[in-house]
Amino acid sequence: MQCKLLLPKKIVLPNGKEVLEKRSVMPLLWLILFVLTLLSIRITGFSLEVLRDRIDQFFVIIQQMVPPNWGYVAKLWQPLFDTIKMSLLGSVAGAICALPIAMLAAANITKNKWIAMLSKFMLSLLRTLPTLIIALIATFIFGLGTMAGTIAIFLFTIAYVGKLLYEQIENVDMGGFEAMQAMGLPTIQAFRYAILPQILPNYISTSLFCFEGNVRYASILGYVGAGGIGLLLNESIGWRSYANVGMILLMLACTVFIIESTSEYFRKRLM
Amino acid sequence: MNAIEKQLHLQPNRRMSYFLTLLILGLLFIWSLSTLHVDSISNNGTKIAKNIVVGLLQPDWTLLFNATIGGIPYLLIETMAIAFLGTIVGAFLAIPLAFLSASNIVPKPIAFVVRLLLIVIRTIPAIVYGLMFIRVTGQGPFAGVLTMSLTSIGMLSKLYVDVIEDLDKSILESMEALGCTLMEKIRYGIWPQLTALFLSIVIYRFDMNLRDATVLGLVGAGGIGAPLIFAMNAYKWSEVGAILIGLIFLILIVEYVSNRVRTKLVKG
Repeated sequence: MQCKLLLPKKIVLPNGKEVLEKRSVMPLLWLILFVLTLLSIRITGFSLEVLRDRIDQFFVIIQQMVPPNWGYVAKLWQPLFDTIKMSLLGSVAGAICALPIAMLAAANITKNKWIAMLSKFMLSLLRTLPTLIIALIATFIFGLGTMAGTIAIFLFTIAYVGKLLYEQIENVDMGGFEAMQAMGLPTIQAFRYAILPQILPNYISTSLFCFEGNVRYASILGYVGAGGIGLLLNESIGWRSYANVGMILLMLACTVFIIESTSEYFRKRLM
Repeated sequence: MNAIEKQLHLQPNRRMSYFLTLLILGLLFIWSLSTLHVDSISNNGTKIAKNIVVGLLQPDWTLLFNATIGGIPYLLIETMAIAFLGTIVGAFLAIPLAFLSASNIVPKPIAFVVRLLLIVIRTIPAIVYGLMFIRVTGQGPFAGVLTMSLTSIGMLSKLYVDVIEDLDKSILESMEALGCTLMEKIRYGIWPQLTALFLSIVIYRFDMNLRDATVLGLVGAGGIGAPLIFAMNAYKWSEVGAILIGLIFLILIVEYVSNRVRTKLVKG
């Protein structure tokens, strides 16, 4: 971490030779960090006194969550399955749609520079917006319910899987592809037989990983009315029935744990 | 039949397992199709979609460049401040937790308990923490900072641990042989190994926190999310367009800068 703007330190060796030592920018960085922190404290109104006096409220809530309200479980299955369905459908459909888009965005497959650039730009634009905000917009277009959530997850999956996929496609060994094209195969077929086998394990593993994350996201999408268990979560917090919140969180944690372990098992087998 | 063909026939027949995998996936897919209900797309939906596009193309320029409190630049700065402070606090609090959960530093049982705690912290969605902290501090960016700190701790400690467990211990042994004190060992043996990677992790988390901070506004924890949802509920599409444009620009710029800095940090 050196910077050319800072004057180097001169050291005169015993034999009279001058050596320049580059100065570290670390102290400067710490200073900038410190100033930014102070500024942020000013803007956000961070105050330790409030934190000291009121933090017990946080633990009061946590205490009310334990023990969870076991009687609430019966009402939770349907929304929980809705959440899982939303993330499953969105992830599968998104992962499938990501493949052609990644092909278009990969500079070594799509020879037209503009199409590749445009596809890349679209993918990064989609990735910018947080899932919850996409879901919020989707509820306005598709109405409240699981449809909006599915669309939000679908779009996010395309953006995420698509980006990782085109990076992989750009890094594959092009020998087979070129040989097949030289033999006269059309691009699609050459892609199918030369490149797809190389990227397939990675592609499936990325999609599985995205699915794991999507289950987490889907659980809160209900907050903006996009269906699933988040709806009940929002409701319970609004009514301050924290025992119910505890139950929902427990069930979510179990679901996420089961799905993550399953998908991790398959991802390890793939690699 | 020549040797090549023989080898080809030796290939194990996986058709059955492929078929079964696809069948299961297909059944799950059909099972989850029930979440789609196309009939709910009202005529209103297409109109709103058109309005959003129009709003994005014709944003409210005065709002976009309004430098007072309530203008988008200030809201973006507030969002960044929430993410920044949350990341800093989380980054410092995560260090001791990471050392406590590294199995090459502390005994296994302690590491296991701390790890379990971190998993619990990670599982709860940020928005739930936000709603809980609002009960503590009232609405406003302060609740957002606390939320960001807590969610950052979960992920940062996990990533820190990977770095700590990869520490090169031979350096420490040779320093001990030279007669260095404990503090010297930490300062010259451990610290230089960790700083660059830790910084890179923290910058990555800042990038993520910025996205999360925009969402926190939806629950009233400060930042740009609240004006966004208000504008949408009031059908002011040009304001929505202006806010979304500001947001996209901010996130794209921060992502670009953070990627550049992180590559430089890791590759030296």
